[in-house]
Amino acid sequence: MIAFILRRLGGAVLLVFIISAVTFLIFFGLPKLAGTTTDDMAARFAGKSPTPEALAAIKERFGFDQPLAVQYGNFVKAAVTGDTYDTGVEKIDCPAPCLGYSFRTNQSVTDQLVDRFPITLSLVVGAAVIWLLVGVSIGVLSALRRGSLFDRAAMMIALAGVSLPIYFTGLLSLAFVVHQWGLLPPVSYSSFADNPFKWASALILPWITLAFLYAAMYARLTRAGMLETMSEDYIRTARAKGLPERTVITKHALRASLTPLLTVFGLDIGLLFGGAVLTERTFSLKGLGSLALDGVVGSDLPVVLGTVVTASLFVVVANLIVDLLYGVVDPRVRHS
Amino acid sequence: MADKSKRPADMLDGAPTTVEEPGRPPTSFLEVRDLRIHFPTDDGLVKSVDGLSFKLERGRTLGIVGESGSGKSVTSLGVLGLHNRRNAKVSGEIWLDGNELVGASPDQVRRMRGRNMAMIFQDPLSAMHPFYTVGAQIVEAYRIHNDVSKKVARKHAVDMLGRVGIPKPDRRVDDYPHQFSGGMRQRAMIAMALSCDPELLIADEPTTALDVTVQAQILDLIRDLQREFNSAIIMITHDLGVVAELSDDILVMYGGRNIEYGSVDDVFHRPEHPYTWGLLGSMPRLDRERSERLLPIKGTPPSLINLPQGCAFNPRCAYSELTDGKSTVERPELRETAPGHTVACHMAVERRRRIWADEIAPKL
Ligand SMILES: Nc1ncnc2c1ncn2[C@@H]1O[C@H](COP(=O)(O)OP(=O)(O)OP(=O)(O)O)[C@@H](O)[C@H]1O
Ligand code: SF4
Ligand SMILES: [Mg+2]
Repeated sequence: MIAFILRRLGGAVLLVFIISAVTFLIFFGLPKLAGTTTDDMAARFAGKSPTPEALAAIKERFGFDQPLAVQYGNFVKAAVTGDTYDTGVEKIDCPAPCLGYSFRTNQSVTDQLVDRFPITLSLVVGAAVIWLLVGVSIGVLSALRRGSLFDRAAMMIALAGVSLPIYFTGLLSLAFVVHQWGLLPPVSYSSFADNPFKWASALILPWITLAFLYAAMYARLTRAGMLETMSEDYIRTARAKGLPERTVITKHALRASLTPLLTVFGLDIGLLFGGAVLTERTFSLKGLGSLALDGVVGSDLPVVLGTVVTASLFVVVANLIVDLLYGVVDPRVRHS
Repeated sequence: MADKSKRPADMLDGAPTTVEEPGRPPTSFLEVRDLRIHFPTDDGLVKSVDGLSFKLERGRTLGIVGESGSGKSVTSLGVLGLHNRRNAKVSGEIWLDGNELVGASPDQVRRMRGRNMAMIFQDPLSAMHPFYTVGAQIVEAYRIHNDVSKKVARKHAVDMLGRVGIPKPDRRVDDYPHQFSGGMRQRAMIAMALSCDPELLIADEPTTALDVTVQAQILDLIRDLQREFNSAIIMITHDLGVVAELSDDILVMYGGRNIEYGSVDDVFHRPEHPYTWGLLGSMPRLDRERSERLLPIKGTPPSLINLPQGCAFNPRCAYSELTDGKSTVERPELRETAPGHTVACHMAVERRRRIWADEIAPKL
């Protein structure tokens, strides 16, 4: 088991390095190939209408003249030990983990990530609870009553759920539930610690919107997995023992059919923690997704790089956790 | 039918074996009467089992043989009541130890499963749950029907594993199915099936997934355990060698029906149905080359949705012309040809016996 954990851990660390290197290459290497000069590069990092001194400082600071490997080395070093930026005008301290400094917003990328993350976290955790409960139970019931009216209706709604884009369902519900009928307060983010009730009530709509999409996917996945499991030989064996049907389903079928869902869930959560871009945009929530989008729109390279690396980190960590959990749930994985 | 076996052999010819009057109390430990298991599908009604009757006593073994798709597994699942009532139509009677199962409530049958009747499946790897230890699965089987503590049940599981010949059972009990070898896994499966001491054990191709040396061990084990537990066994297989070794009686199935039934001696040495001849002829034998198998059965198994008119075997039968055209028109009934030996074929008894003696037996 220890060897298993170490192996996976090593793989995860390696993966983060590779992803950050590739991202770095894309943002810092490709422009060069496309003929972007180092001055242009520096301009992208600077705020609007930068002074020539500032440009020069940035160029020097980021070592745009140096080989990419060295630049990437500096990036990693800053992430691990922190860094100080000297713009010529002032000295800016960026403590570890320093993922860069945005001269557009005059904030370290890490600070921005830390500011924004609670919003995304609140959004995703709330939605995940809803979609797991709703999606999985509908999927199980549908599978057990395959072909029934319930099954057909649920699968129809699920099909709608996976095909309707979030900005459509989001804006529609926003228009009616909040503006037309006034059933819910306008969507906003407030700290959970301050007032949990306010936190929840102002986030219900984005939760439901995001959860609708995922619940639909999970209902379909669960149903398919459950149907497959119910036709397994070991289910027949469980029945042959004389187990009551309820035990057959809860103890034998559910356990086996929900395990593969773990992988999907881990990946989804990991991806969303990096930013639920559409949902955040639709409901004007300033989470990591909005930050990344702002970064892209404003060509704020340090922010883009920072959000991409963070997002990939989430995915890798989520996968790692899933792998480890898999070892716990599935003995075949543990022993292989 | 007990009275019938006392009749002299010459009176038997031509008397159809009567299907037991429905509802009559059974005389045997297991009595299956006119069992029909049909599956309505989009293509039509699949008649997987269509009017099957047989009897079995405790301590005896009935071998059911037949080609793939002849309805052997559907029959065995039917006896255990494992067909989903929503997609399978089951009719007829199954009497087990005086209880009728087809008309019983699902819960009644469920209570008898595992305790009074148990099953060993073909592929023990897929038949055991991959997430639970072998011990946990035996404990579960035992505790459904026995109100005992986990500790007692676990001790019982270790005992059972030991009895089926698994070394170091007190340690193996905590292993998962995938940690067992194929043969050991089938032993564990047998331990699980026998954990509640069932009176009826159905083994559906219990050795097909195993290699030859392990096969022999498992068969020996089943035989020993039968002696010890005095259970009735239904041994389903398409391997006639297995049947010959283990069974007392043999039922030959074709297209969901019984076409020949008799003692091992009858079926192996005095078979009267052309399909049985075919089975015997296509049986691999150690003392012969494969290419020398003399009587392969021509053609393919029949469609269970549209069985051929008359005798279901007639499109593949080399003797269908010898019945004055009856073979393609009228379905042959099972008739007793000798005490305890029944055959469904239109050919005159003398004629088939002669064909067997003159044409078939010498080639086998
Ligand atoms: N649920 C079902 N729905 C429709 N047809 C079925 C169903 N279950 C079994 N059948 C059909 O019934 C027929 C008999 O199947 P069965 O499994 O009993 O054959 P078998 O004699 O056990 O063959 P094998 O030697 O391959 O195990 C097959 O043609 C199969 O397709
Ligand atoms: S009834 Fe006719 S077709 Fe059927 S087995 Fe006998 S001879 Fe062959
Ligand atoms: Mg079968």
